[in-house]
Amino acid sequence: MTGSLSAMAMILIAVLAIALSLAAWRMIRGPSAADRFIALDMLTAVVVCLAGLTSLATGRGEFLDIGLGVALINFASTCAFASFLERTRGRD
Amino acid sequence: MRIAIASLLLVAGTTFIIIASLGVARLPDAFQRMHAATKAGGIGASLVMLGVLVAGGTGRTPTVVLTIVFMLLTLSVASQLLGRAAYVSGAPAEGLDRGDPLRGVLERAETSETAELEREQPQP
Repeated sequence: MTGSLSAMAMILIAVLAIALSLAAWRMIRGPSAADRFIALDMLTAVVVCLAGLTSLATGRGEFLDIGLGVALINFASTCAFASFLERTRGRD
Repeated sequence: MRIAIASLLLVAGTTFIIIASLGVARLPDAFQRMHAATKAGGIGASLVMLGVLVAGGTGRTPTVVLTIVFMLLTLSVASQLLGRAAYVSGAPAEGLDRGDPLRGVLERAETSETAELEREQPQP
């Protein structure tokens, strides 16, 4: 019963690699610091998905805790980066 | 039935995530990229986690529900903060056909692009 779902989760993990590489490209390329922080935001959303899909593929619930932790860290880090960007006015 | 609904949710969420990352890679300026990343990305991640919840089997319903609620609550706040910071740090904005409505409301750092924008649209 869970066999088909876990196979599907593995395929979707492979598909999400496209999203990861696109966001990583923007993070490497991104002309301003703001673009890099936005790409980081996108990357963490992808990572939450990957954690959920991995828990389906392997049948281990521990990966869901990782997803929750990444979502929590995402909010804190985005707030910190935004206040950093606002204080330094884009100068590094 | 349950597996069908779960796989539908998973595929829909993955599609949203792919579209969001395409937007992050392809859209022309920081504000439009953020629009793609936070709206489509948040919906996509929430849909995937909802699919995991429907698939069940791990006995961790509270964790998944907490993740979904937390992401829906915080992604909008985080995008607002990032957008404000991007504006203040002088990230260039493309295609403003009615000028810059935030001029004079928020201070903005001077870059070559913002100076160009000001030459094009003198302050009323």
